[in-house]
Amino acid sequence: MVDSSLVLFGQTLAYTLYALAIMAVMGWFGYRVTKQGKGRDIKPALFYTFVGFLVLAGVSLHIITHETIPWKPMDLNRSAIKADKTFSINIANQKFILPAEKMVIKKGETVRFNVTSDDLTYGFGLFRTDNSMVFQMQVLPGYVNDILWRFDKAGAYTIRSTEYSGPKGIGMIEKNAVEVVE
Amino acid sequence: MNLIHTFLKGEEGLFRPDSLTPMQKMTLRFVVVGLLYYGLVALEGMIMRTYLVKPVVDLIPPTQYYAILTAHPLVGIFGSTYSIVFGAFLFLVPYLMKKPLWSIKIGNWICGLVGGGTFVFWLSGFITHYAPLYTLYWPLPADFTQFSLWGGIFFITGIALVMVGTVLFVINIFKTITYTPEGMAKQPVGALLGSALGLSGFRNLFSKDKKEHLVSLPVAAIARGTIDTALNSGIILFTGVLILVYMIAAVFGVNLKHSAVDALLYKNWFWWGLDLIADGLVLIFVAGTWYLLATLITGKKLFMENIARAALFVEMVVSWTVWSHHLMSDQAQPGILKVVSGEMVTAFELITQGLAFFITLVTLWSARPLRMTNPLKFLLGGLLGFGLAVPAGIIQADLGLNRILHNTQWIVGPHVHVAVLVGLTMTLYSAVYYLFPVLTNGAKLYSEKLANVHFWCHLLGGIGMGAFMGMAGLQGMLRRTIYFEGEFLPFMILAALAGSLILVGFAAFFFNIVMSVGLNGVIGIFMPSKLKTKDPLPGK
Repeated sequence: MVDSSLVLFGQTLAYTLYALAIMAVMGWFGYRVTKQGKGRDIKPALFYTFVGFLVLAGVSLHIITHETIPWKPMDLNRSAIKADKTFSINIANQKFILPAEKMVIKKGETVRFNVTSDDLTYGFGLFRTDNSMVFQMQVLPGYVNDILWRFDKAGAYTIRSTEYSGPKGIGMIEKNAVEVVE
Repeated sequence: MNLIHTFLKGEEGLFRPDSLTPMQKMTLRFVVVGLLYYGLVALEGMIMRTYLVKPVVDLIPPTQYYAILTAHPLVGIFGSTYSIVFGAFLFLVPYLMKKPLWSIKIGNWICGLVGGGTFVFWLSGFITHYAPLYTLYWPLPADFTQFSLWGGIFFITGIALVMVGTVLFVINIFKTITYTPEGMAKQPVGALLGSALGLSGFRNLFSKDKKEHLVSLPVAAIARGTIDTALNSGIILFTGVLILVYMIAAVFGVNLKHSAVDALLYKNWFWWGLDLIADGLVLIFVAGTWYLLATLITGKKLFMENIARAALFVEMVVSWTVWSHHLMSDQAQPGILKVVSGEMVTAFELITQGLAFFITLVTLWSARPLRMTNPLKFLLGGLLGFGLAVPAGIIQADLGLNRILHNTQWIVGPHVHVAVLVGLTMTLYSAVYYLFPVLTNGAKLYSEKLANVHFWCHLLGGIGMGAFMGMAGLQGMLRRTIYFEGEFLPFMILAALAGSLILVGFAAFFFNIVMSVGLNGVIGIFMPSKLKTKDPLPGK
């Protein structure tokens, strides 16, 4: 499965290029708009081409990510997918209550995390040792909040709440709570 | 001595508060209140930026930090932006429609309610550390094991005062559009409303018999954004009452069950309401302001005006149906809502805002050569801000990418802060610089150099801060979290340096404005006008 760090790298590259391009365009526009023009009007055809480009960009982004980011279709279809392992985690009073045994996953396994809250709205995120994010979801009280993930890289992963639950929630970190082995 | 004289009397003594009409005074009061709250927001923002470099918990405990974080966006949106926007629109609607404001008295009340309400909720948060953040995710605002009950009651009361002011603004705007002033011919209420809401613009798109618009495009934009403002205030008032019910019950020793309110349903309606600001009135008001500024700066007709009118109507409908992009990480939220509302309808914002961007640029282009005045350069800055922030928002409103971006610094950096600080605020500054001589009867700006310092510091600071926050977010840094071990230190140092540029820019602007109108002039704005006229400007 494509790793989330690879997706983030691709996004960084694409957005950085876009940001530099739009800043250059606006800089050029700001310079040229103060100069004498040639009197040519902008044709409506250019406007409609631009509209078409925007439609294409807006729609194609979601189609491309659906076809290239594996957890996107998996998430939409997760109720029909059988997990290799399921872990149930509860949160109460700004504290994760983890399974009694350490969560150990074999590389390549598909795992379901069922997370519930007894009181507030929290978040549930998995992070690498360099603090980069693998995934996250919201944890709402009154619901079983589940996420399906396939782990393709061995290592230790830290759980932390990704949603603010009051100042008491800043310490909601369970270091190396999940281990993926070869 | 000369400096002190200018500080007291203003540049060349040109600003004379005695010459102002009641309408001008009302508008300038809104602007002063809005700018003072902007200064507070910038200062508190800088405190938080420094805190994210090194959390000095002995000086500012986390409870205080989160109280600041809770008030920060609310003071920014309500205290600052609402004040400036309400003031400008209460002036512009009657000015453009060539008839008096329905009620100047209510206009002044709105200024007091928005300004006073903001002070009440800011102060109660600052003193009692009531800090459920602006999201108010259920049942956090009613968690009295963490937060002060009375602090919460005052906080919600402050928000309610702002919302009452907002409702009065909505009434004043629509009454001004439709009422018949004394001595004028009977106004066609239905036709005016149809034009203001965009129905006549739609008809013109598909009909050969094109009819003249009864209201100008900026007024139509204001009217459409005001619909969202009204709906939003209804949602916030309703939510506030719900929270108050829990608070008042607790005052009497009754602990109501939190589970009586469904957390997901609550999150849906609250985000539906919040998005009417974030994706509704901001984009509509901003597009309308771009159009107005472009036509005022160039003196030319707007490019593709009927399309622009129709796009504003589409944007209003889109803003009613996009809220689900905030719930993409909520697993209980139905998948169909995530895809249709969260992804597809949200993508429409790329189109509607892209159209506004293009139309504004072409209108400016058609009038070459233009002089690079303060309104023009700030308008271009505002356009660039949305040019950067809207695609950033579309990226995070994707189911695949949201899984690794939600609640990271990416959301609040390249999207929120670049949209608000660079896009929205620079658009507002453009309007402020344009309207300054109009509203002050020809007062002169103290220093053009300071205006340039303001522009570059704000632009580079805003984009830089957003960029460094975004880089940290892509590395996994969360928002609403305090990192104690310097995990993202290089990014936070750079973001703080960029943030300090924004503060320097504001200081330059504030000094420039005070030196332009003088301290006596600022005080004079709050004194009653001696002119007995309802006209926006003297002698008109």
